[in-house]
Amino acid sequence: MENDLTLDLLAPLERAEITHVDWSVLAPDEGKRLRAMGIDEGARVAIAHRGIFIGRDPIAIMVGRMNVAIRRVHARAMQVKRV
Amino acid sequence: MSRLRTAALVGNPNAGKSALFNALTGARQKIANYPGVTVERKAGRMFLPSGEPVELIDLPGSYSLDPASPDEEVTRQVVQGDFPGEPVPDVLIVVVDAANLEQHLVFAQELIALGRPTVVALNMVDMAERDGLVLDADALSAALGVPVISTVAVRKRGIDALVEAMGDAENQDPSTRHEVAGQTLPERRLAARNMAKGAILTEDSKHRLHAKLDKVLLHPWLGPPILFALLFVIFQAVFAWATPFADALDGGITALIGVVEGAMPDGVVRDFLTEGVLTGVGSVVVFLPQIIILFAFILAMEQSGYMARAAFIMDRLMAYVGLSGRSFIPLLSSFACAIPGIMATRSIADPKDRLTTILVAPLMTCSARLPVYAVIIAAFIPATTVGPGIGLQGLVLFGLYVAGIVGAMAAALVLRRTVAKGGASGFIMEMPRYQMPPLRDMAIGLWQRAWVFLRRAGTIIFIATIALWVLLSFPKAEPGESQVDASIAGHVADGMHVILSPIGFNREISLAIIPAMAAREVAVSALATTYAVEGADEEEEAEGLIPRLQAGWTLPTALAFLAWFVFAPQCISTIAVAKRETNGWKWPVFMLVYLFGAAYVFAGLTYWSAVALGL
Ligand SMILES: Nc1nc2c(ncn2[C@@H]2O[C@H](COP(=O)(O)OP(=O)(O)OP(=O)(O)O)[C@@H](O)[C@H]2O)c(=O)[nH]1
Ligand SMILES: [Mg+2]
Repeated sequence: MENDLTLDLLAPLERAEITHVDWSVLAPDEGKRLRAMGIDEGARVAIAHRGIFIGRDPIAIMVGRMNVAIRRVHARAMQVKRV
Repeated sequence: MSRLRTAALVGNPNAGKSALFNALTGARQKIANYPGVTVERKAGRMFLPSGEPVELIDLPGSYSLDPASPDEEVTRQVVQGDFPGEPVPDVLIVVVDAANLEQHLVFAQELIALGRPTVVALNMVDMAERDGLVLDADALSAALGVPVISTVAVRKRGIDALVEAMGDAENQDPSTRHEVAGQTLPERRLAARNMAKGAILTEDSKHRLHAKLDKVLLHPWLGPPILFALLFVIFQAVFAWATPFADALDGGITALIGVVEGAMPDGVVRDFLTEGVLTGVGSVVVFLPQIIILFAFILAMEQSGYMARAAFIMDRLMAYVGLSGRSFIPLLSSFACAIPGIMATRSIADPKDRLTTILVAPLMTCSARLPVYAVIIAAFIPATTVGPGIGLQGLVLFGLYVAGIVGAMAAALVLRRTVAKGGASGFIMEMPRYQMPPLRDMAIGLWQRAWVFLRRAGTIIFIATIALWVLLSFPKAEPGESQVDASIAGHVADGMHVILSPIGFNREISLAIIPAMAAREVAVSALATTYAVEGADEEEEAEGLIPRLQAGWTLPTALAFLAWFVFAPQCISTIAVAKRETNGWKWPVFMLVYLFGAAYVFAGLTYWSAVALGL
């Protein structure tokens, strides 16, 4: 069932590659910003931190040498495969 | 005559552009360790080795020339020559973070591909070394086809070499540049990765300090209490640590009043100096230690990189009211002053999100309210402790800050469901690496804040206080009549009092809140001046402001006054900035109406409940 795996479901520090992003979930400018930061189909990512105890939101994801905070709903729009 | 040449600093957010700008021009632009610090174009003057002057432009950080927020749009306009009244920059200085090349080279390629004379500043090489990276600037230069200069902006390393490269930049022949620049984003990303790899000489992933710190500071259970405890400590410190310094300042001013009274003959000039200048303006100046302590904490949070973590922790709570952690940084900056806070909203992508943040920013307790709160607290709240190391006064101050935050959140909740309705906004923010705040920068930052405060005291607060003193002192009272009753200001206050007495305000407050529109601190100096004028004709011994407040005000009145200042938009400059940032009068007028409305209602509620409770 690898196809159903989305970014928010990864365990911390588990490496994965983004295979598909449902950009319609994101506002156009947010999608643009994420792509500019290299968070796009084909990117290697991992979860660095999950947010505070309420809702475990937002999520800090590692991409390259950078940590980027995004909301969980956005992470859920990204399908990933473990690598 | 040839026109002045221009050069622009461009690059990703937090690359160190403003730090380089300061190093190159000697300016003191704000630098801080989170993305989105610079939100507008700033110009300064520097000189090439030939002695030729150059106008250097500092720009907001951007991820590409396709803007996703208003600050990025400024960068795009300047770089592409669309900025009104601004020629296309002759030289681009592309600033990249040496410790994050694979990301920063993506935008760098887009800029180099414009074919303009370009120099790359490979900045933060010290941070890269700390992370175990050794880089080869020449290899990078060969790959990019433009000069690459290693710099450490905050230590002014590599600055001379950078200036030299700028001087030579206009002799570059762009046609010799390699076709490295990919046309599409994925191509540029791939090229960036390869170039970064090629430039790294050695790499050991030894200590990654930020990962360890984040484990604690972003811990789901520990993170929020740590943030809360930190804020709590700040407000305790503002009272506890400042007291000896504030007392010394106060003593100095009182002594000075004594000297003036002893040395000068009785008359209008002496009254002007003692009642207006020393008592009035002096009553504000004594809060300098408090202001410095508050700013020391804010600067340390900004410089260390903790600010972005605070935004991360707060995001969830902000989400409940329809905002995001992105709004948290402008709101936290508003603790200093709402004006930079409102400016900082330019880095918020979503327009409705941004508007809401602008509208609620004045509710955050700015440093100009600190003297107002502090004077009332000092007069009406006993300096006792309510627990080990927890002072009651600091606790009340903390409570007032919390009231401002809760008020802002409640207002955001309502605004997001009414006038600023829109889809749920997201939160996307790069987390900067931790840094030890450089002591020198901290000291300069504090000195600047202290200077701004003293300059305000010497200009706007001085003028407003003196204007009030004049209105209070003339026309002169008949014998037996009170000077305040007879004065112009007294008559105006009598009129205001009709509207304000239902919420428990006395005539002195009615007098103080009009000049306080110029600057909130004037509320304090205005009260001090009013009591000084009043005191003089009662032939009383000169007393400080605090004993006079204790004698003249009831506790419900004092509490109502505090509640008023939590909400009231008592600052003309804030209104002016809101007008500029929202392009019109509609929203600033809305802001005035809703905030004054809230101030009146909450001051009233406070007064009536305090009276009902028999306080
Ligand atoms: N160690 C180190 N820190 C640096 C260097 N240059 C800048 N910094 C720090 O990096 C942070 C960001 O610097 P800024 O100059 O504000 O960055 P900026 O590119 O202007 O950022 P934005 O205005 O947000 O786009 C600050 O905390 C600086 O103190 C450097 O060469 N070495
Ligand atoms: Mg900057």
